[in-house]
Amino acid sequence: MNGNSPIISINSVSKTFPGGVQALDNVDLEICEGEFFALLGPSGCGKTTLLRILAGFEIPSTGDVFIDGKNMHRVVPNRRPVNMVFQSYAVFPHMTVADNVAYGLKVSGAERREIPGRVQDALDLVQLGEYGQRRPGQLSGGQVQRVALARALVKKPRVLLLDEPLSALDAQLRETMQLELVRLQQTVGITFVIVTHDQNEALSMADRIAVMDQGKVLQVARPGELYEFPRDRFVAEFIGKTNLFEGTNVGWEAGILSLLVNGLGRVELPCAEHLNHDVGLAVRPEKMLLLDERPDHGYLAFEAQVEKIAYYGSESRVFLATNRGLALEVSIRNDTRAAADEQISGLRWVAWRPEDTLILPD
Amino acid sequence: MDSWRKNPLIFWVFAVPPAAWLLLFFLTPLALIWVFSFGEKSGLIDIHITWTADNYMRALDPLYLQIFLKSFWFAGVTTAVCLIVGFVVAIAITFAPGRQRPILLLLVMLPFWTNLLIRTYALIAILRTKGSVNAALEHFWDWGNGLLALLGVEHLQLLGAQFEPLHLLYNNFAVVVGLVYVHLPFMVLPLYAALDRMDRSYIEASLDLGAGQLRTFRSVVIPMAAPAIVSGVIITFVPALGSFLTPDLLGGTDSQMIANVIERQFKSANDWPFGAALSFILMYVTFFAIALRSVWSARRDAREALA
Amino acid sequence: MKGARRSYGPLDYGRRLWLRITLWLSFVFLYAPIAILVVYSFNDSRRNIVWRGFTLKYYERAWNNDSLIQAFANSLTIAFFSTLFSVLLGMMTAVLLWRFRFPAKAPFEGAVSLPIIIPEICMGVAMMAFFARIGWPAGLPWPLNLGAITIAHISFSFPFVAMVVRARLARFNRELEEAARDLGASEWQAFRDVLLPYMKPGLIAGALLAFTLSLDDFVITFFTAGPETVTFPVKVYSMVRFSVTPEVNAASTVLLLITLVLTTTAILLQNRSGRD
Repeated sequence: MNGNSPIISINSVSKTFPGGVQALDNVDLEICEGEFFALLGPSGCGKTTLLRILAGFEIPSTGDVFIDGKNMHRVVPNRRPVNMVFQSYAVFPHMTVADNVAYGLKVSGAERREIPGRVQDALDLVQLGEYGQRRPGQLSGGQVQRVALARALVKKPRVLLLDEPLSALDAQLRETMQLELVRLQQTVGITFVIVTHDQNEALSMADRIAVMDQGKVLQVARPGELYEFPRDRFVAEFIGKTNLFEGTNVGWEAGILSLLVNGLGRVELPCAEHLNHDVGLAVRPEKMLLLDERPDHGYLAFEAQVEKIAYYGSESRVFLATNRGLALEVSIRNDTRAAADEQISGLRWVAWRPEDTLILPD
Repeated sequence: MDSWRKNPLIFWVFAVPPAAWLLLFFLTPLALIWVFSFGEKSGLIDIHITWTADNYMRALDPLYLQIFLKSFWFAGVTTAVCLIVGFVVAIAITFAPGRQRPILLLLVMLPFWTNLLIRTYALIAILRTKGSVNAALEHFWDWGNGLLALLGVEHLQLLGAQFEPLHLLYNNFAVVVGLVYVHLPFMVLPLYAALDRMDRSYIEASLDLGAGQLRTFRSVVIPMAAPAIVSGVIITFVPALGSFLTPDLLGGTDSQMIANVIERQFKSANDWPFGAALSFILMYVTFFAIALRSVWSARRDAREALA
Repeated sequence: MKGARRSYGPLDYGRRLWLRITLWLSFVFLYAPIAILVVYSFNDSRRNIVWRGFTLKYYERAWNNDSLIQAFANSLTIAFFSTLFSVLLGMMTAVLLWRFRFPAKAPFEGAVSLPIIIPEICMGVAMMAFFARIGWPAGLPWPLNLGAITIAHISFSFPFVAMVVRARLARFNRELEEAARDLGASEWQAFRDVLLPYMKPGLIAGALLAFTLSLDDFVITFFTAGPETVTFPVKVYSMVRFSVTPEVNAASTVLLLITLVLTTTAILLQNRSGRD
């Protein structure tokens, strides 16, 4: 369902705020028609600024933004083919729900007779069909968010921008709304661009994710790709849990990279590329096994002392330390009920396949 | 909040002095002139309380009615000018860079606290026939004539044979200028407070939905700032209506307001009952305005709470 | 870069030219008269139109004008005592309204705000009638003869102080007081050691406010002042009625300076107390 033509092109956009804070640093990005696209990053990484540039609330210091092939430079927010769901929702408190949804149609000169029907359709779409005459003050947080969605979608924008749309909701509702948003996006077929700092949100909803930090886009990829093949240390650490090691390069020969890892000792990894500098190694906790005995070859294995176990229901995280003091985190699935009573302690072997090790060039 | 019974001793220690003061030195004087307003003058200073309504009826006399209407007109024009200018100023301050905002706000507040008399006096110096405004105008006149001379058309006397100073003082114009001058900060402060509190994403949402700046101002900013607008209008209109000093010093003989009539009854005409009645009419107008606001905001709250 | 780039966003109203021009014109409107008044207090000309050189002689003349100085002294004395009582009464009112639920609270609250709301002229004539009716003794020795004016000033000042202090109290965390009680302080000790220090910025701001209000008041004083108890604004009024003279400018400049310092301090203090 993802078309290939880009609906948004961001060409070397930088933004420096008065006072010298650089929010965006030469960002290039293309977002495709019909895509559910996420901008993910820690707070202050520039993702919201980028979204606001798309909406027209901030003007880039340099660079251009094209939406639907048109340069948006000099196009004011009220003339852009995009609509936004604000973080605070910004549902007008002095209007009824129906008036809120109708507002965008009224001000842009929609056919008067059409408005009530379109408003009702939009409210039905977000399952608020009965709530048209209510005031926003009488609705729950989740319902207000639906009003904000309906209000933006009723205008049939080319792109819907969502600024941390779920951050004001409690955990349970957030999960429901994640599914709801995906369903909605598939129903209406509009391109969604969502800003979030929550990796789970991004991974579970988006078709593609751009990870940002300090005003730069570090990697743009599908969720699985991002998780399993992070391009650099920041992405590896930001998405999911990871064990990160520093490896000193001691030589590469015939596709095998030999490294000396502080706390582990000598490690040999398959590596197609001839590297002659030090690298970082990343291993996901769930890729590691916890064994009583040293496994056969085919695994990298190290002995470590169990220090602490954190129980999370479906999984447990085991924190260990090698005899040379390196901390490791292994996650084990609690796939039987008996696992609840299982005691893990003492010296164990931590093992993983060499190909599950990610080499992060520095 | 505790019930007063929880600690009656402390309650009484805190309650008695202010309550007693208020009763003795504020409510009693008010009550006194309220009673006076139903009295009749007898002799030079004596007042007979006869519970007559004559003093109030006299206020309806065309002479005084006209002064009332004039006062309302002055206060109304003042409020309207302050509202328009105040809104622009409040917006400019709200959206000024963060470092400038406290300074700009201070600049608005300072005149509010400087002596009313001095400020009015300062206006006299500006507006009088030989004041700064006319001096500046004369300067322009000379300059304009010089320009005409350069063009060789000075004999046509396009700017008049002689500079005619504008009569800016001792008339209705001066009173309105003075009232605006004094009351502008009253309007700016509540408007600024409301705009500052307003979440900017409401404005952004409106723009985002396709409304232009003017439409956004009309459909979003004004309705959301409505309580502040009402407050600003009331706290500008009420003191403007009761102004004494401004019409007294800046006005001409035909620009007297209610307060000047009241003053005359108490100081020179020595008709206290009538002056008291006029004072109370002014107070009732004030109460009415405040009651109007509470009814309005109660309705607004109800409308917002109910479907 | 292609073309001229619009440098401000749609919400940067502060950078729109016409808004800035209106703002600065408003400031010119508010300040130019005062600035001209101050400048001409140093002008070596009685006619105040053309600049004829710098002089301090009008300050000297104002200083040597005994009745003006007497009026100034009266004003300061009244302001001092009015402030003292207003802070005390205002503080009590604020604590009372903040702390307690009691019968007739709403009417009391309304009555306290009345002096702020009603037109000054009404309060002025009420005070005049009151003091005349109760036969307030005239011809008392200074400073007792200022009693009537001082009482009137306290009546309209303390509600303002109460308002300022109450705004400060609204942000007070009751747990601080409870912590003090928990640690063994009596109700009075908790008030003195916790609540009072917390109120202090509000009290200082309120005091400066009361002082300025008293020093500035004309209308109410005008009705309560006798021939022997002229305050500075009343004196200036009688001078202004006749002519615009540089002495008045000089005296006004001094008063402006005093209020400027007091108000700026009060506002800064309030801003600071709003932050912590």
